[in-house]
Amino acid sequence: MGTLLSVQDLHVYYGSIHAIKGVSFEVNEGEIVTLIGANGAGKSTTLNTVSGILKPRSGSIEFEGKSIIGVPAHKVISHGMALCPEGRRIFQQLTVEENLEMGGYTRTKEENQESIQDVYKRFPRLKERYKQIAGTLSGGEQQMLAMGRALMSKPKLLMLDEPSMGLAPILVEQIFDIIKELHTAGTTILLVEQNARMALSTADRAYVLETGTISMSGDAKELLHDERVRKAYLGG
Amino acid sequence: MNLLTYLINGISLGSVYAIIALGYTMVYGIAKMLNFAHGDVIMVGGYICFITMNYLHMPGIAGVLLAVVVCTILGIVIEKLAYKPLRQATSLAVLITAIGVSYFLQNAALLIFKADPKVFTSVVNIPSIKLFDGQLVISGVTLVTIAANIIIMVCLTAFTSKTKMGKAMRAVSEDKGAAQLMGIDVNRTISVTFAIGSGLAAIAGVLLCSAYPTLMPTTGSMPGIKAFVAAVLGGIGSIPGAMLGGILLGIIEIFAKAYISTQLSDAIVFAVLIIVLLIRPAGLLGKKISEKV
Repeated sequence: MGTLLSVQDLHVYYGSIHAIKGVSFEVNEGEIVTLIGANGAGKSTTLNTVSGILKPRSGSIEFEGKSIIGVPAHKVISHGMALCPEGRRIFQQLTVEENLEMGGYTRTKEENQESIQDVYKRFPRLKERYKQIAGTLSGGEQQMLAMGRALMSKPKLLMLDEPSMGLAPILVEQIFDIIKELHTAGTTILLVEQNARMALSTADRAYVLETGTISMSGDAKELLHDERVRKAYLGG
Repeated sequence: MNLLTYLINGISLGSVYAIIALGYTMVYGIAKMLNFAHGDVIMVGGYICFITMNYLHMPGIAGVLLAVVVCTILGIVIEKLAYKPLRQATSLAVLITAIGVSYFLQNAALLIFKADPKVFTSVVNIPSIKLFDGQLVISGVTLVTIAANIIIMVCLTAFTSKTKMGKAMRAVSEDKGAAQLMGIDVNRTISVTFAIGSGLAAIAGVLLCSAYPTLMPTTGSMPGIKAFVAAVLGGIGSIPGAMLGGILLGIIEIFAKAYISTQLSDAIVFAVLIIVLLIRPAGLLGKKISEKV
C-alpha cells in the first residue's frame, strides 16, 4: 500500500488572509480518507489547492511521488486525480451524456464510450436520463452526475467535496453507499464532509481541520468515539 | 411587390448583422466580455479583401479567404495582447480596453489606408434574379448573403452541439472552474472563440462592402454597434438569439427607412431595443437566470 497523495506543510492565502496554515496529510492507495471540520475550516481550500485551482504560498503536494505544484489546473486530471467539486457544479445547460463526455475530456472517444457504460451501470438513473438537460435533474441525480462525471477520467484518486450537501437523508445514505461501492471497486477516495458522522463511519482514516490547521488525526472509527470530536462535530 | 423587396433586403442586411452578432455573442458567452473592437475587425476584413482584389489582382474568392485568415489571426492576437492580461480584472477595465482596441484599429487603418473612401468591388458576380416579370429583383449579393448566413448558422450549431471543442466551449461558458477540473484548457477555448468570431467578422465585412460599396476606416463601427444591439435583442450569449436578433433588426431598419423616415431609421432601431429590453430584459431568446440550489 503505497502513498498516493502526500501533502506537506501546505500554506495557502487568499490575498492577505492566511487560510491554510501548514496542513500535512497523506492518502494511501486503496483508502478512504476524510477531512472533516466546520464551515470555513479550510476543507474546500485544501482540495482546490490539491487540484491546482488555487496556488499554495509554500509546502509540497506530491502525487505518486511527483510534485504537482505549478501544474496548471486543467492538466492535473491527467495525473490521475479528479475532483467532484462542492455544490456539484455540473454543466446545467448540457445534457447528462455531454456532462459525462466533458468528464472524459482528456481521454479518447473509445475510452469514453467504455467509461460512460461503466457510469451508467453504477448509476442506472443517469442512463434513463442521458438526453435530459442536466439542470432539470433533481438534487440527488445531479450529485450522481457530478460523481459520474468525475469517474469518467478513471482517476486513481477521487476527491469528493461535500457530496451530501443539500440532500435529503435518504439520498445521503445512497451517496455514501456509492462511495463505499467505489472504494470496494478499488478507487482511492479523499472525502471532505460537514456530515462528520457519515464521513467518519465510512472512512478508514480521518483528519480534523480547524481554522486552517489539522487539530486531530487518526483512525476514523476511533475519532468517531473520541470525546472532543463528539462534542465539536457530532452534537455531543 | 415593394413589400416583398423590402423584406428580402431586410433579411439580407439582417444576415450581415447576424453574422457580426454571432461574434459578439460567442465572445460574450465564453469570456463574459463585450468586445467593442469586433466591429472594426469587419473593416479590416473589408480592406484585406479590397487590397487582394485591387492591388494583388486576385479573384474575389481569394480576397475572402485572405480576409478570413488575417482577421482570424488578428482576433487571436488582440485577445492575447489586450484581453488575456485582464482575465482577473474588473469588467469595466476590459470594456475600456476593448474601446481602446477599437480606436487603435480605426486609427491604424486611417494611417495605412488614408481617410478617403475606397470603392469596393463586389466579390459576388452572380447575376440578379428577376421574378414576376421583373417586378421583383433580387441581387446576387443579397442571395449570397442570405445563403452564407444559413450555412454559417448550420455549421456553428453543428460545431457547438456535436464536436468536442464545441461542447467544451459551452462548458466553459457556463462554469470556467468546473471546465478546468475536467481538463479543458480555458485559455485555448477563449482563443478559439475569438478566432471563430473574427473569421466570421471578415465574412460579414466582405458581404457588407459588397452590398454597400464604400470602405472607410470607420466602416465597421455602425454595423458593429447595430450587431451588438442585435445580439442583445436576441439574448446575448445565445447563438440562435444572435441570428433572430440580427434578422429582425435588418428587417426593422429597412422597413423604417422605406415607410417612416431614412433619417429616423437608426433611432427606430434603438427604440425597438429599448422596448424589447423593458419587456424581456434577457432578450428574445435569452436564458432567464434561475439557479437550482
